Amino acid sequence: MGLTGLFLIVFLVVHCYANAQIFLEWLDYGRGYKAYGEIAHFLGSNPIIRIAEVGLFAFIILHIVQGLMLTAQNKAKRPIGYNVAPGNSSSKWYTRSMGLLGTLILMFLVLHLAHFWAPNRYQQLTQGHEKDLYLIMEETFQQWWVVIIYVAGCISLAWHLVHGFWSAFQTLGLSTPKYKGLINCIGVGFAIIVPAIFALMPISYKLGWLPPAAEVAQFVKTMAH
Amino acid sequence: MEHYNMNLTLKVWRQQNAQVQGSFETYQVKDISSEMSFLEMFDVLNEQLIHEGKEPITFDHDCREGICGACSMHINGKAHGPWSGTTTCQLHMRAFKDGDTIVVEPWRAGAFPVIKDLMVDRTAFDRIIQAGGYISVNTGNAQDANNLPIAKDKADESFAAATCIGCGACVASCKNSSAMLFLSAKVAHLALLPQGEAERKTRVVNMVDQMDKEGFGSCTNTGACEAECPKEISIMNIRRLNSEYIKAGLSGSVAK
Repeated sequence: MGLTGLFLIVFLVVHCYANAQIFLEWLDYGRGYKAYGEIAHFLGSNPIIRIAEVGLFAFIILHIVQGLMLTAQNKAKRPIGYNVAPGNSSSKWYTRSMGLLGTLILMFLVLHLAHFWAPNRYQQLTQGHEKDLYLIMEETFQQWWVVIIYVAGCISLAWHLVHGFWSAFQTLGLSTPKYKGLINCIGVGFAIIVPAIFALMPISYKLGWLPPAAEVAQFVKTMAH
Repeated sequence: MEHYNMNLTLKVWRQQNAQVQGSFETYQVKDISSEMSFLEMFDVLNEQLIHEGKEPITFDHDCREGICGACSMHINGKAHGPWSGTTTCQLHMRAFKDGDTIVVEPWRAGAFPVIKDLMVDRTAFDRIIQAGGYISVNTGNAQDANNLPIAKDKADESFAAATCIGCGACVASCKNSSAMLFLSAKVAHLALLPQGEAERKTRVVNMVDQMDKEGFGSCTNTGACEAECPKEISIMNIRRLNSEYIKAGLSGSVAK
């Protein structure tokens, strides 16, 4: 769980860095659209990244299968439960709810892949070029329910990471007394900042904090000539 | 601290043996002194049950001074009751108020089957120790202690791990019924000392292997064990155990 989890954390860094390009729009008109388009094209067309994507899916599936097996096996180790459960008196709720939080993230992930990854790859295969993801995001995040599910998915991810980040280092025996404080700090910071950046995207589109795709695309095209 | 007497309602798990199903029985105890230990309160209850011609409640206890690890009991949802860093025998009745209802259950884990009432079979821990929780020493006179220099920080850390009394509260309070805190204390205790060096790699793989065979769950780092441990063993020992296990695995040590 620790190894696969750490790999997925590395993926989150890349995903978050690429997505955050869009907020350059707030510095200069057209800059975010352009930078995001470039990095999306690079990640979408680079053969090495395509191979890494296969590995990523393998790790996601491995992490899910391991997690489900572990949850089921551990549950079976106590055939008769307590009448009075310890609850939150000895451990935090999110440390005991990694299976539940992971399932929520998985449900979000299926929707998320159906929104962006699947249509984009399909068009790439059939027409040879990628979709304008800025435009798809704008269209997708018009509905309130989509925005709410995305924000809920990010909140689940945040709690999953608050425990998961440190836990991975502990499982691998790396959370030594000297580095434990540092690992905890980075872990909690990561768990707050990364999901917050992700959640800011649907919110920004819905509330109109980013310029309309058609307009900014036209502007960038004119500037290029 | 002011002394007071209290009347209590006790809901206690009664079970004839491992084969039959158990259930909760409710008992009333009167005029319990706040100065009594929790087990003395149980002695009073058992006297009362004997007078009434009923069978007394079976529970584990031995030294009654918090060092042997015999007493257990899950009291109001907490292993060893509401006080932290305290065994059941050192829990005193001033932790409770007049009129309280106290629910007492045995340790719950598949690897700790109930023998009778509140007494569970913890011999799985003995078998884990037998799998590697020892050192090899030549017979004959003990050598001079100063022949083996040990750094103070290592000695302190090892001693802190060695304070584990093997009561099983870690297993009882872990949502996965994992024995990792117990095992890690035993492994860390010996791995930190030169005396433990000879069997260092085989010890960790054999003990982990035995733990898995006994049917304990795996560690998901919730930290409940550390919070409930009467000897306040740190989960930093689990970090050390994981590190020892990975190193032993990489060097090709396999369980036998």
